[in-house]
Amino acid sequence: MSAEQTEQQIPVTDTPFEVGGRTLRSRLILGTGGFKRLETLAEAIRATRAELVTIALRRIDPAARGSLTDVLEECGVELLPNTAGCFTARDAVVTAKLAREAFETDWVKLEVIGDDRTLLPDAPELLLAAEELVDDGFTVLPYTNDDPILARRLEDIGCAAVMPLGSPIGSGMGIRNPYNISLIVERANVPVILDAGVGTASDAALAMELGCDGVLCASAIARAHDPVAMAHAIRAAVEAGRLARGAGRIPRRLHAEASTPDEGLADLTPPVQ
Amino acid sequence: MIFVNGEPRERAGATIAELLADLGVEDRARGVAVAVDGEVVPRAQWNERRVTEGERVEALSAMQGGAA
Repeated sequence: MSAEQTEQQIPVTDTPFEVGGRTLRSRLILGTGGFKRLETLAEAIRATRAELVTIALRRIDPAARGSLTDVLEECGVELLPNTAGCFTARDAVVTAKLAREAFETDWVKLEVIGDDRTLLPDAPELLLAAEELVDDGFTVLPYTNDDPILARRLEDIGCAAVMPLGSPIGSGMGIRNPYNISLIVERANVPVILDAGVGTASDAALAMELGCDGVLCASAIARAHDPVAMAHAIRAAVEAGRLARGAGRIPRRLHAEASTPDEGLADLTPPVQ
Repeated sequence: MIFVNGEPRERAGATIAELLADLGVEDRARGVAVAVDGEVVPRAQWNERRVTEGERVEALSAMQGGAA
């Protein structure tokens, strides 16, 4: 059975994934960091069917081989510049403005990091930067802690989505506090995109089962032993988790509950000798 | 003396476009952005804006990046 046939057989209509006034077909956003070869990145993009990929700005390297922007253009993806590596609101705001110049987009994945060891967001700086960028007309997608209150504050400021972490960037530890992700989802009026922490397909499925609208994934795919196979796996997991969320899971219970009825059970007791 | 991406250069008085050419960046290259002393220099000013003594130029381009 081909992939196309399988798709046609899923009789489910999903609501569109709308972020910042744009409708995306794919609920998986790919981070381009960590791929050793541009060819592998291009194959992984096709496998994920992502329409939106993150990129960074760094000092021009005259010795760099191959053009990342050419490869991404060939793949037909939209760019989501990040502010990776920024530790202050000011640096993040200037970086976002540079990205707007470079890539002609006012979308930004806003990251303001607290320290090198955890790469966790610096909440006060993040709020400052988000406010300034929203005021300047940016479509801001902030990488945030799994903190429902902070997520609400970012939404109130005017961010187009909130992107809580499952666990620290690149840790592959999955979703350490699913209850907080649920609380963020329950309250949010903007899309919730799980960002950071995905280690393998089941983590992405869980994010979607918890009600996230999308998943951003980089390291889990780029650093997998076979990045392209993992790209397929995580794409399928996002779709499976989305379907399961819509289908409505059964409640958890402590004791067993048979799915086979007791009525009409045969009497197989041997006669008493 | 000015600084381009942290490297000292005897190029005071050069325009942004000339400094980009030094780095092998063609005119109007996509995916390139420039800051001088921490302020963005819009593309439209690259041919006019001259870098003066002591200024720090950051010439940036697209790089693979997921998070942080």
